[in-house]
Amino acid sequence: MYRQTEIVQEKSPGIVGESGEFTINVGPQHPATHGVLHLVITLSGETILKVEPHLGYIHRSIEKMCESLTYRQFIYVTSRMDYLSAHINNHACALAVEKGLQLEIPPRAQVIRVLMDELTRVASHELWWGAMAMDLGAFTPFFHAFRERESINDIMEETCGARLTMNYMVPGGVMQDIHPNFQRRVKEFLKLYKQKIHEYDELVTGNIIFQNRMKNIGILSPEDAVSYGCTGPTARGSAVSCDIRKIYPYEIYDKLEFDEVLEEGGDSFARYMVRIREMQQSIRIIEQLIDNIPEGEFQAKTKAVLKLPKGEFYTRVETARGELGVYIVSEGGTTPYRIKFRSPGFSNLSVLDHIARGSKIGDLVAMMGTLDLVIPDIDR
Amino acid sequence: MFITNYIKEVWGAVKSLATGMKRTIYYFTHHKEIITQEYPDNRDTLVLPERFKGEVVMPHNQDNEHRCTGCTACELACPNGTIKVITKFDLTPEGKKKKAIDKLVYHLELCTMCNLCVEACPSDAIKMAQTYEHSVFDRNQLTKILNNPGSKIMEGVE
Amino acid sequence: MWSLSHIANEIHRWLNDLFNPTWALIIEMVMAGVAVIGLFAVLGLVLVLMERRVAAWIQIRLGPNRVGPFGLMQSMADTLKLIVKEGLTPDGADKVMFNIAPFIAMIVAMLLMAPIAFAKDFQLWDLNIGVLFVTAVSSLMVVSILMAGWSSNNKYSLMGAMRSGAQIVSYELSAGLSIMTIIVLTGSLQVSDIIHAQNNGWWIFKGHFPVWVAFVIYIIAVTAETNRAPFDLAEAESELTAGFHTEYSGMKFALFFLAEYINVFIVCAIGATLFLGGWMPLHFGTDNAFNQAMDWIPSSVWFFGKTFFLIFLIMWFRWTFPRLRIDQLLNLEWKYLLPISMINLLLATAMAILGWHF
Repeated sequence: MYRQTEIVQEKSPGIVGESGEFTINVGPQHPATHGVLHLVITLSGETILKVEPHLGYIHRSIEKMCESLTYRQFIYVTSRMDYLSAHINNHACALAVEKGLQLEIPPRAQVIRVLMDELTRVASHELWWGAMAMDLGAFTPFFHAFRERESINDIMEETCGARLTMNYMVPGGVMQDIHPNFQRRVKEFLKLYKQKIHEYDELVTGNIIFQNRMKNIGILSPEDAVSYGCTGPTARGSAVSCDIRKIYPYEIYDKLEFDEVLEEGGDSFARYMVRIREMQQSIRIIEQLIDNIPEGEFQAKTKAVLKLPKGEFYTRVETARGELGVYIVSEGGTTPYRIKFRSPGFSNLSVLDHIARGSKIGDLVAMMGTLDLVIPDIDR
Repeated sequence: MFITNYIKEVWGAVKSLATGMKRTIYYFTHHKEIITQEYPDNRDTLVLPERFKGEVVMPHNQDNEHRCTGCTACELACPNGTIKVITKFDLTPEGKKKKAIDKLVYHLELCTMCNLCVEACPSDAIKMAQTYEHSVFDRNQLTKILNNPGSKIMEGVE
Repeated sequence: MWSLSHIANEIHRWLNDLFNPTWALIIEMVMAGVAVIGLFAVLGLVLVLMERRVAAWIQIRLGPNRVGPFGLMQSMADTLKLIVKEGLTPDGADKVMFNIAPFIAMIVAMLLMAPIAFAKDFQLWDLNIGVLFVTAVSSLMVVSILMAGWSSNNKYSLMGAMRSGAQIVSYELSAGLSIMTIIVLTGSLQVSDIIHAQNNGWWIFKGHFPVWVAFVIYIIAVTAETNRAPFDLAEAESELTAGFHTEYSGMKFALFFLAEYINVFIVCAIGATLFLGGWMPLHFGTDNAFNQAMDWIPSSVWFFGKTFFLIFLIMWFRWTFPRLRIDQLLNLEWKYLLPISMINLLLATAMAILGWHF
């Protein structure tokens, strides 16, 4: 429920109340919130007493929209939820529909899907890395991260036809076969990435200012991570094993060699390191698959009109931000009766108040950076 | 011991800062690494990949013939109501009535370039074009009629 | 001889021939004022363009390249835009203070121009306590920032101003102490004396250990004093949107913006004067061809070259480092820079008393 807070009703022109506390509105238009998140912060001087997120500024009722779209059509809308891992969102929806149809996916399509997912994950983490450094006041890493991210986007553009909202996954496989240049371009990207990855450490990770800003800040204990429902790198930074790719493997993840990245500590730096190391694991997966794409169909044969049997279907995947669950209730028609998305950003945001209390405003920005919030994903 | 640690701390800090500064001065002096493009100037040489989804178009051959049968598969496939197929009945030479398209109205302002219409089309009548500069001053210009005036369906397309 | 001091002397003689000395002095003052304002405008344009170019090249971008050849006219276009924009005064603001604050920032920056030696014998006012004057006046900058922050009636502005107050007051100390090192070694507060003391080599090249330490501390402290990244907590755009000038727009914002760049120029000019010999050319040994070639380069070129080198250094910091947090910022000053510069000053004083310096 939306709560009316003091700040909304505040009438007195005075800035500081009698107790020395005051509230400040961060957002919905604020450079640090990366979107239209609205945080009402109660402060005492520079120290944060309370953080209260207000949502709904970019609510587009995607779940309701999906109820009027067919099982082929609703997938494209989900690209607009977590636009940085659009592929993985589409993948989750396609998996849910396939579960309902009990459809067997050709091996080639599976490999292409996993490749695309991992490329998306790297691209998303690249952008996060740049934005994170920008939150801390360093502008240069943002542009350096975009160099690698752009080369992934170029690969996407060549194969999927779009850079951000690709709509490439369809029930039964992928929409088109990979472009003939795909393998060459991905290998070029891997080469570029390996040339440039040490710069990330030189510019940001090793920097003494950065480390002082990140270490022992925003500590999230494993128990709290579980009870707040954190997933993805946010929880893995507190050493909570929650990688869906390992626990409930989908597609071919159970046959691949990669490590679940876990960091002890639970502070901002641990969450940062999880994402940096996760990029390397994604690169490892891409390297295993890029030369081993099996021949065959890229899409299973499906009927022109998809009808899911009556029932409930739930799938979950690991997006760049955590666990995305897709829950479909079907009445047997061509459109879903109800769709619910369990988005990672929403749960991860809920922990912000808990970890931010008692720290400084500058730390709040750093914590929000390490939670890697994408606001359309929270509001949907 | 305190002094040694203090000096070590200061030295480590200075070293880490110097590493970062070395990296930035490298890019400051190496202009070959610049990756940005001067966009409006390179418009003529800019080539987009053939799969790029810019807008939906309907290709016509030199005799002003297209492949659209007016089956409305694209209209049904579209999630946003972007495409509207308006059909009419043509008279064939034998005197029979035959369904054909009068207008295929395409609302670019509603389109999300999801490619579902192109996938759904059974006769490959529409495809994605690689255009990308869509801004106009009047939104009516975004409503397009894809078939050329006076165009006919190609022979042999059912 | 077309040196700046020669031109100045010619004008001075010509004015004294034409008018009585009082009028000549008044006219000279007006001319100096116009010259300083002109220098301000030019410096603002040049430094903004320089900042954008440095940023772009470090960030593997091209930088401004649309207006004029190589984008040289870009800052002109920016200025024009800022002039035609509406200078908004918020409803709840303290209007008088809100409107005065940017001008105070400019006046402080202008006052600081007085004791700077731009070339050989070319100085507006060679007062005998020149360096003290600079340290005293530059701390007035905080007044304008506090005024702007308080009068805006905006919590972001207030926090930015308070941060800036804490920051400038703290870093004044180590900046002052590192300047003191040079004063102790030179034995004079006068700018021209300090420059002449470096006749046989710049302080930084004379091989005095305390001078090196003082130079590093000076650069760090003035970066903080001028609110430049990594110490830009007063405007910290990812935390406080724009800090103390959140509510300012149009030309009033531009004045703050300009004052920041002028302050950077001035602290770098002082740094160049104290540590790098001001307008003094680079000399090695005595009386050789290299020294003569160096002498041939005009002294104003030397001065501006050194100053811009230091400005580049500060820009380089800005585009490399993340921002510090407020408590870390004060830790750095009170736990690291201040003790180091105090010991350093002690060392320099011992050297001066024992006569080890040269």
